[in-house]
Amino acid sequence: MTQLTTSGGSGTTSSPASAEEVTAAPRSATPSLGTRIWRERYAYLMVVPGLVYFLLFHYLPLAGIVIAFQDYSPFLGFAGSRWVGFDNFLAFASDVDFAATIANTLVISGLQLLLAFPLPIALAVLLNSLLSERVKRLVQSVVYLPHFLSWVIVISVWQQVLGGAGAVSQALQAAGMDPLTVMSDPSTFKFLVTAQVIWKDTGWGTIIFFAAISGISSELYESAACDGASAWRQIWHVTLPALVPVISLLAILRLGDVLTVGFEQLLLQQPSVGAEAAQVLDTFTYFRGVRGNDWGIGAAAGLLKGIVGTALVLGANRIARRFELGGIL
Amino acid sequence: MERPHPLVTGLKAVVIVAIVVIMVCPLLTVVLTSFASPEAVLWFGVWPSSWTLSAYKSVLGGGIVTRAMTVSVAVTVIGTVASTAVTAMLAYGLTRTRHAPGLRGVLWLVLVSMLFSAGIIPNFLVVKSLGLVDSYAALILPTLVSAFNMVVMRSFFMEIPAEVLDAARIDGANEVRVFWSVVLPLSRPVMAVIALFYGVSYWNAFFNALIYLNTPTKWPVQLVLNQFVLQGSPLDQMENPDIGATAPQAVQMAVVVIATLPILLIYPFVQRHFTKGMMLGAVKG
Repeated sequence: MTQLTTSGGSGTTSSPASAEEVTAAPRSATPSLGTRIWRERYAYLMVVPGLVYFLLFHYLPLAGIVIAFQDYSPFLGFAGSRWVGFDNFLAFASDVDFAATIANTLVISGLQLLLAFPLPIALAVLLNSLLSERVKRLVQSVVYLPHFLSWVIVISVWQQVLGGAGAVSQALQAAGMDPLTVMSDPSTFKFLVTAQVIWKDTGWGTIIFFAAISGISSELYESAACDGASAWRQIWHVTLPALVPVISLLAILRLGDVLTVGFEQLLLQQPSVGAEAAQVLDTFTYFRGVRGNDWGIGAAAGLLKGIVGTALVLGANRIARRFELGGIL
Repeated sequence: MERPHPLVTGLKAVVIVAIVVIMVCPLLTVVLTSFASPEAVLWFGVWPSSWTLSAYKSVLGGGIVTRAMTVSVAVTVIGTVASTAVTAMLAYGLTRTRHAPGLRGVLWLVLVSMLFSAGIIPNFLVVKSLGLVDSYAALILPTLVSAFNMVVMRSFFMEIPAEVLDAARIDGANEVRVFWSVVLPLSRPVMAVIALFYGVSYWNAFFNALIYLNTPTKWPVQLVLNQFVLQGSPLDQMENPDIGATAPQAVQMAVVVIATLPILLIYPFVQRHFTKGMMLGAVKG
């Protein structure tokens, strides 16, 4: 859906305006710049609060990037802090947590791409094959729900079911067995995180595939059925091929986001499994920078992530464009 | 279409039921546990042998959870109104890019901001230097406008036929008037979708409160939930003297239920509008 909005944005700007231009262009006396601005004064006024917001909270922080190159101290500020060149980056690269942080980020991202990414496609195809519209609606409203719950709530719920004092553990103990340890086991933590993502967002992820499926002409199915194709073969030869463009686009965009893994989800669970298993780039920045007062190193890690991440997003968009799948800009 | 094989139908039914059970049972467990009385035994870890409302009474008895709920409701309401208003004004102003010199640049500024983020620390320093640390404004202002929502709204506004707007302009309405009396009434569906988007995200917001608020009494409910349920630290005994008398797990789950309730209440609307909005976005592209 990302592609849509923005390509919609740039697409729609040109179309209605061109009609306007036809009427405006032939006039020989174009009003002066001052007149044009004055005429649109209310448009400018309406834009001001939003513009101020973007400048203050999206562009002004870019100046703060300089502290990645400083031995920053909040008391001395930008101007007073000592410049240290790339020392913060070197310190980050030789940090004891560096290898684990990078590895955790990539492994969790990879697991999610491998396990969590395909499931919405399967669920959408399955739900679409249901004959009863009512059952389909009901299942949809059940599976969309967790998307709207915060991570704090989702993890509390998981804790209550699978935690050491949770429902399953209590039942196991009543039967004389050991309680579960999955919620605090570092060795399986990455799978736990992936399972939570699956539980929370698989349902929501189906929406975009439903949109794509509803765009498939029913004639295709009818002629496939006429040729004697079974339900399975119709899915294989009609539904899935029609989904390929959406699937590729989403996969490419996801790859562009490979350094971003559920920040809050990991932040919340790090105390129970330890940093060794749960430290990713974003949590490193938070714990080192904001909590540990190691502003320079935290900012360096954040900047590294920002640069590589932006490059990946731009690259992913370029690839999506090349294959004519659309893109976000 | 030919009837599918009964075996296939059966298999599908099993899968569907399994999915629904996996989604619903955890939530049900939480609700049931919250009603367990202190001396109750949970059969199979789920079904309380005796029921009570004491967990809710102690949590809502004016202690830290009650205050956190008030904070969350206020931040969500004020934030949603402010965000929706600023986003709508920006989106409408930016439909005038062809007429107002310079606005195309503003549009690009907004779109490009989706590609990068300065990062946690630079954002923190800006909020700090604006003097917003430990203020409720820090829970709203840093996330006031989402570029994505602005784009959705703007493309909706662009679909309104130009003749309708021009008719109002010929009648002497200025742009503010056109926006208020023509554009907004025609855009109720998209306004509802965007307001719901903002509402849910303000209610669920956790990180901004975590880094910007130092005073626990100012915490919204998500933060209290984290501290009390996930990190396991007790709610202030002084504030909630009854807590010792209740099964702590029931109290924890009561907080979870209370924090989830607003989402559940608006969920029917959310589902209808959000999916429509998502489809809208998807089809638009």
